[in-house]
Amino acid sequence: MGAPLIGARIQRKEDYRFLTGAGQYTDDVTLPHQTYAAFVRTPHAHAKLKSVNTAKAKAAPGVLAVYTGEDIAAAKLGGLPCGWLITDVNGQPMKEPPYPVLALGKVRHVGERVAVVVAETQDQARDAAELVQVDYEVLPAVADGRLARAKGAPQLHEAAPDNTCFVWAIGDKAAVDAAFAKAAHVTKLDFVNNRLIPNAIEPRAANGSYSRADDSYTLYVASQNPHVERLLMTAFVMGLPEHKVRVVAGDVGGGFGSKIYLYAEDVVVTWASKQLARPVKWTAERSESYVSDAHGRDHHTIAELAMDQDGKFLAMRVKTTANVGAYLSTFASCVPTILYATLLAGQYTTPLIHCEVTAVFTNTVPVDAYRGAGRPEATYVVERLVETAAREMKLDPAEIRRKNFIRTFPYQTPVALLYDIGDYDATMDAAQKLADVAGYPARKKASEAKGKLRGMGYAAYIEACGIAPSAVAGSLGARAGLFEAGEVRVHPTGSVTVFTGSHSHGQGHETTFAQVVADRLGMAVENVDIVHGDTSKVLFGMGTYGSRSIAVGGTAIVKALDKIIAKGKKIAAHLLEAAEGDIEYASGVFKVAGTDKQKTFGEVAFAAYVPHNYPHDKLEPGLNENAFYDPSNFTFPAGTYICEVEVDPETGVVKVERWSAVDDFGKIINPMIVEGQVHGGLTQGIGQALTEGAKYDSHGQLLTGSFMDYCIPRADDVPSYQVDTRETPCTHNPLGVKGCGEAGAIGAPAALINAITDALGVKDIPMPATPQTVWRTLNQKKAA
Amino acid sequence: MHAFNYHRPSNVNDAAAQAAKSADAKVLAGGQSLVQAMKLRLSAPTDIIDLGMIKDLAGIKVDAKNVTVGAMARHADVAGSAEVKKALPALAALAGMIGDRQVRNMGTLGGALANSDPAADYPAAVLGLNATITTTKGTHAADKFFKGLYETALKPGEIITSVSFPIPRRAAYMKFKNPASRFAIVGVFVADTGAGVRVAVTGAGPCALRLAEMEKALTAKFAPESVAGLKIKPDGLNSDLHASAEYRAHLITVMAKRAVEAALK
Repeated sequence: MGAPLIGARIQRKEDYRFLTGAGQYTDDVTLPHQTYAAFVRTPHAHAKLKSVNTAKAKAAPGVLAVYTGEDIAAAKLGGLPCGWLITDVNGQPMKEPPYPVLALGKVRHVGERVAVVVAETQDQARDAAELVQVDYEVLPAVADGRLARAKGAPQLHEAAPDNTCFVWAIGDKAAVDAAFAKAAHVTKLDFVNNRLIPNAIEPRAANGSYSRADDSYTLYVASQNPHVERLLMTAFVMGLPEHKVRVVAGDVGGGFGSKIYLYAEDVVVTWASKQLARPVKWTAERSESYVSDAHGRDHHTIAELAMDQDGKFLAMRVKTTANVGAYLSTFASCVPTILYATLLAGQYTTPLIHCEVTAVFTNTVPVDAYRGAGRPEATYVVERLVETAAREMKLDPAEIRRKNFIRTFPYQTPVALLYDIGDYDATMDAAQKLADVAGYPARKKASEAKGKLRGMGYAAYIEACGIAPSAVAGSLGARAGLFEAGEVRVHPTGSVTVFTGSHSHGQGHETTFAQVVADRLGMAVENVDIVHGDTSKVLFGMGTYGSRSIAVGGTAIVKALDKIIAKGKKIAAHLLEAAEGDIEYASGVFKVAGTDKQKTFGEVAFAAYVPHNYPHDKLEPGLNENAFYDPSNFTFPAGTYICEVEVDPETGVVKVERWSAVDDFGKIINPMIVEGQVHGGLTQGIGQALTEGAKYDSHGQLLTGSFMDYCIPRADDVPSYQVDTRETPCTHNPLGVKGCGEAGAIGAPAALINAITDALGVKDIPMPATPQTVWRTLNQKKAA
Repeated sequence: MHAFNYHRPSNVNDAAAQAAKSADAKVLAGGQSLVQAMKLRLSAPTDIIDLGMIKDLAGIKVDAKNVTVGAMARHADVAGSAEVKKALPALAALAGMIGDRQVRNMGTLGGALANSDPAADYPAAVLGLNATITTTKGTHAADKFFKGLYETALKPGEIITSVSFPIPRRAAYMKFKNPASRFAIVGVFVADTGAGVRVAVTGAGPCALRLAEMEKALTAKFAPESVAGLKIKPDGLNSDLHASAEYRAHLITVMAKRAVEAALK
């Protein structure tokens, strides 16, 4: 074989079909006798349902059925479950109010489903949906998490007094308080981590079908983890055995977290397909996505950092209110706790950390994991505090970080995680070089000569990926395992199909994973196909999120490959009349060590399927192996981002002029794909800091309900990125990989806000730093 | 989208006649606003009269004094026209700033003016250049055309056929874009006509409007400093998530100053 495939910039195998319109997305699946669903959604944020009259809709042309919450209740379907149990500081489990698939008695956020119309065509369904007459008794609403526990605030759920889901804490509060009392300097910030709305290019879609022949269901759905979707839907909602339900999530056009969850629409179309004995398809319109896909972030945080007179960190104290929306989405409870507070050590030796999180219900769309999920919020806390502390203590931003870097590994943080490896000086050094920090004063001068303000900001992030050791997750409240499964099927002539429980919805697994397989087996990438996203093909899977695919899913495949090679050696030993221990495998060839006796991989595969000359007494025919992999620890990608902005003080427009990113993702399989992931992550992070922010008014109306008002960044909003990597291989998986999908979105917001506040000469500015916000901040500074 | 009857007349008189037949008919030009509203079910016309096949409505004519643009000329046609770029570069530049590439390839001058979106770009040029709007029923002076939010002087069934822009001595348009929609939060068109200066603003009020104080100052001296210190009162200006009335008022001054700078280049 030629050059090694690990580390090769191989073009994405899947792009041909995506770019030529040959992808098969959920909406592309149209089944015989297809019907179409349209949901009636409440325009009110909080209201009693006095009556839902479906008579006119039922009589409309083409309408097959109209179902309401009453029908769902009569069918005894359960509500949507939450997959992670958080225990309150008072020892009680978190409050889990019912989350009905169609509203029953009350609606709690704009966009909640009141009824569903199923008709012969999509237009007929939508026309009839307008004829469903709902009598609402509108109630006062609360949308802002900071107001949810205020006296007299509207109450959403009987089961959750004071709109409180839980109060959770981590760390030694008394020790932290004592350290603060003795500190030479304390830096304090009080900010909102803005609510974001995911915007995958493919909206959510689901097509449920029922077969009378064997009493089974098939659900085609735009999902990031079809097996978990099936588990939650069958076991917790519909009471069905799993072998009667197949979930297919073929090509999926982006997820960013929003397609991890079990959604009500998926349940409704699956259930309705049996009622009508016809397939039922629903595809969200973009405006529907805005009020029905789980949102991200939405924290209010008060954060403090205590230091000695030299800028050495002594302790951190963080208090966060997390707005989880109207209901608990699938992983809503672990995002602002387990995936957030455990990252507050960052890259630093801060010995004492305490974090208290209060999760509150509000009349808004449920909030769940969104690219980074808890870790961008944690990084924002740490890196805004550190940069602000540097300015207050007149220290260079790199210097204060270097003073506090962790340099001995493994390192046990005070917030539960055990970092296996890292080299934070290496990424900082490389980022400073890439950013030409030395040339910054001259660039600042040039900007000032044009009447512009220039600023520079750093963020040195860390994330915990490779989610997760199941035992650890279980002890922290996870209601599912977090291993991954893989299967390697060698065909008789030696080509390979690999089945993975990871799910690709844009990440390029079909290429990356094929490179791993082809590299291990010593064959061409073209001879390897990766199959994912179908519960009837893949033995099991926990899906893709938390930058876990290569670290956990990739490792499961490697373990299966090891079994293939071990069996191949047995077959080869028989064919070559040698001892099994003497067989070596390299570059696609089984060889008797020290001789020229050999069999190719294809010859061995053929022997396994045409076993005329075969050790039948010792070995089964065939060459097909599967493996499950449960990681022993998280992986810890880390890096340094440095950005420079130029601000037009007349208009408040911020231009991101330079961006240098140096990441340590451990071993890299395909640098081109990794760069693409970094670019995408950085762009989403820049979006959070500069352009994006979901806004609700005090009545719970979403003011940013479309692209007209919700601004995802476009090409001209972002700079041409300078990216590089440094490598400390992960110590506990065979590939040495850590994961790269979320890094950009995790590190970027803090770096950018650090740069903007530097340019403006202010302590803080709210995200997103829109032109109007920058202009107002400058006015306030002038007035002060 | 609700169902509707579709008509595709071959001349403008038939179009006007068809439009007069139904109170809930809508004339379709480029469809970049109307079709979106229909897809969102905010607009449900019984009849759509598509002007796309009427050849007389397209085309651009430039003579010594005027640039005359057909109502169905696409924004991309105006932006890319060598003649317009030469005779009235500010108008070509404005057309090139509307929406995105897809919108510019479909959207039309006539459609934009008839819709009179408060944040549309073309109204600033029409008002700033004192253009004349020709319709199936006569002509309208720019100053009397824009009446309010999505309101114009057009009568029901009246269809714009062309717009004639007098060529100024110098002119420029400066647009401050809504970061999300890329419509104008504030767009200022400044034109030195030779017989005085006109300053028109879009995005700031219910419809495009002129700024008398700035026109006076610039007529006295066509220089950025003439307007840089002129503060606009925020009273009555639009206010939304992206820009308060105060911010818009501030931006009008900044954009006017920059438009004068650009016109002098």
